[in-house]
Amino acid sequence: MTNKNTFKLDGKTIAFEAGDTIMDAALRAGEYIPHLCHNPEFVPHGSCRLCIVNMNGRNVSACTMPATENAEIENNTEEIMQQRRALLQMLFVEGNHVCPGCEKSGACQLQAVAYYCNMLSPHFTHFFPRRELDASHPDYVIDFDRCILCELCVRASRDVDGKNVFSISDRGIKRHLVINSATGKLGDSNFDKNDKAAHVCPTGAILNREHGYNQPIGQRLYDKQPVSIVGDVADHE
Amino acid sequence: MNLSVIGDPLLLLQHLQAKQLENGHISNTDISLLADKLSLSATQIRGIISFYSFLHCNKNIKFNLLISDNITDRMQGNAAIFKTLENRLGQDENVLLQMTSCIGMCDQGPAMLANGRTITCLDDARTSQVCELIRQQQPVEQWPNELFTVADNIRKKGLLLDDTFEAGAALKKLVEHGADQCLAQLDASGLRGRGGAGFPTANKWRFCKQTESDQRYVICNADEGEPGTFKDRVLLKRYTSTLVEGMTLCAGITGASKGYIYLRGEYLFLKEKLAETIQQQRDASLLGKQILGKSGFDFDIEIHMGAGAYICGEESALIESMEGRPGIPRKRPPFPVNAGYRNKPTVVNNVETFIAAANIIQHGADWFSQAGTDKSTGTKILSISGDCELPGVYEYPFGTSIRQILNDCRAHNTQAVQIAGAAGHLVAEKDFERTIGFDDFATGGSFMIFDHSRNLFEVIQNFTAFFKHESCGFCTPCRVGTSLQHDLTDKLAKGHATPYDLNELRTIGQLMRTSSHCGLGATASTAVMDLLEHFPQLVEQQLAHSDYEPAFDLDAALQQAREITHRNDDSAHHGERS
Repeated sequence: MTNKNTFKLDGKTIAFEAGDTIMDAALRAGEYIPHLCHNPEFVPHGSCRLCIVNMNGRNVSACTMPATENAEIENNTEEIMQQRRALLQMLFVEGNHVCPGCEKSGACQLQAVAYYCNMLSPHFTHFFPRRELDASHPDYVIDFDRCILCELCVRASRDVDGKNVFSISDRGIKRHLVINSATGKLGDSNFDKNDKAAHVCPTGAILNREHGYNQPIGQRLYDKQPVSIVGDVADHE
Repeated sequence: MNLSVIGDPLLLLQHLQAKQLENGHISNTDISLLADKLSLSATQIRGIISFYSFLHCNKNIKFNLLISDNITDRMQGNAAIFKTLENRLGQDENVLLQMTSCIGMCDQGPAMLANGRTITCLDDARTSQVCELIRQQQPVEQWPNELFTVADNIRKKGLLLDDTFEAGAALKKLVEHGADQCLAQLDASGLRGRGGAGFPTANKWRFCKQTESDQRYVICNADEGEPGTFKDRVLLKRYTSTLVEGMTLCAGITGASKGYIYLRGEYLFLKEKLAETIQQQRDASLLGKQILGKSGFDFDIEIHMGAGAYICGEESALIESMEGRPGIPRKRPPFPVNAGYRNKPTVVNNVETFIAAANIIQHGADWFSQAGTDKSTGTKILSISGDCELPGVYEYPFGTSIRQILNDCRAHNTQAVQIAGAAGHLVAEKDFERTIGFDDFATGGSFMIFDHSRNLFEVIQNFTAFFKHESCGFCTPCRVGTSLQHDLTDKLAKGHATPYDLNELRTIGQLMRTSSHCGLGATASTAVMDLLEHFPQLVEQQLAHSDYEPAFDLDAALQQAREITHRNDDSAHHGERS
């Protein structure tokens, strides 16, 4: 598959190969398109909608839309950024994201993308859902308050670990992550700290409990450079 | 439905439906057995059960009562019926009493489902009768038949409802003239999908036919879930053989050998008649092996039951559901015509589309295209409900004005019409001269009428509650946006909204429209946006006379603190006490 084609991303010419999505080609060319549920190691999902770009006048998710020749694609425009901010604000009010007290603060992809998109407040009314913490596992803790339903852990556990530890239950605003064990607790599942699923969460929902706050504020992953340069959390695990 | 195919996890939903109907619930044993048999985890199976409204695991429930909660049911007094049932049966642990989304009986509401069986025209007498039967612990199967009658209410017939179709006529033409000529006829007729989106039918069938594959499927989308629509209910009951022949025609043209009717769970009462008709078609050599004696023309149809999820009306969500998963719409591309059910080329069409196609092949393209307009040929069957003297099923040529339709069904003093269901447009009187059609008001067939005695804010509240409940929750803008819109329209309906809130509604609505994963999210805000745009005076009067109102009731928020401190004096309240 060496058949090279090109499209325009914010005016820049981007080469793509057969089978590429817009995101694949952009990542290869070193162009950043904000995203949370996407990780090139897994089947594209298209659920967070952060990677929406305007292709020939219509919004599409860059991670699922096949690249097409000569497409005119807008990524870093104020109109698109405004929509991304609103989507991020929706994610923030839907869960309970208390950045100042979160172990992941500074190394959290959700927070980093929010900074990148210039989100300054949650804006919408908070939902304040009540979600229980799962501290049943000796090595890892799950804080459902911070889950944004990107399903990266679901995909990693299913497709890489071959374990199906995670799954999604219910629908609509009640949709939530569940653990596949008799008690529904992580400690009773066959989850292991070396699983791929332990190292893909873009927020602080799946946390290593063996150590905490090791790295001081100011020296964390996204403290010195933005997510557009640093890349995904999963790349640094 | 043959469920003996062991180990096929794609049949999960059908297994669950069968258990639910057989025992009134799905037991832990059922879940373990299915998990073993289908190589799925129990958690996955519970996840599916939680996605579909009609499935549950409560073993005590002997009477599962679901009261239809469409706006038309509300206008017909479903709240009082619910209250009566709650008062009389609320203590009975064998009874599960809940509201449910529109069950397609808007022309004869308020309506309910009792263990899946439809009861219409609920009034005090019929509600009391239901309570009494439950008090006597009479199984629903033994309840008197008169409780379960469903009227057709066909009010105006046209090309399709006149039923001039002769059984076998379309298939004979196909066998005589071949697939290409039939496709040319469909092309010439201008037939576009009747579900609302209006994709040219001939193209859809052609794309499926042209995709290389060893197997193809034809699926009839009988998941008529759009609030306010019920015409498929009548088509499925009265025009069944034409539907089956339309599907068979599609199979003959595309080369499919297997078909499914995905029947919404709310229409369980139609299943038996459908199955009978399918058998009759087989007996008449119009279905099954060697149709009309032509070797190689093999096609058969099975019925798949839905389980209470509006999103499954979206064709790729419907396919997901048929494959035993939650009804979450797929990414596009690939489109179902290229990779649909079991990843094979699949045509998914609405009930009315198949019936129209069969008729077009029998009568010719002109017979169809002489009705309607240039861009919207033929007729559209409408489900008319709400404030009018003659609710029911009407067939009109495309291009008919809303005013004409309102006159025919004897609607008086009309304030607004909701066209194309909760996802469609709220039309004000200034637009009543406009018409139904793909180039004007496109519609899948729902037509709900509200006169001037109705509170349009309550109408919109009903729609936003519906979408909050029915969003699959996969993508951010729809999952969160439908909740935000619900809360804001609630605030508006209660008279607490300010201009700021209206802007919020517009911004969120626009974001849902442009960034959602599928059509549900993209259209869920349409009626809200229409209310703001076309009823500005009404909205203005409804606003709170202040620049800002908090999203929550401050006084109510203090209630817990008052209880803890045993205080109820003036200074333990916020603001003036009413």
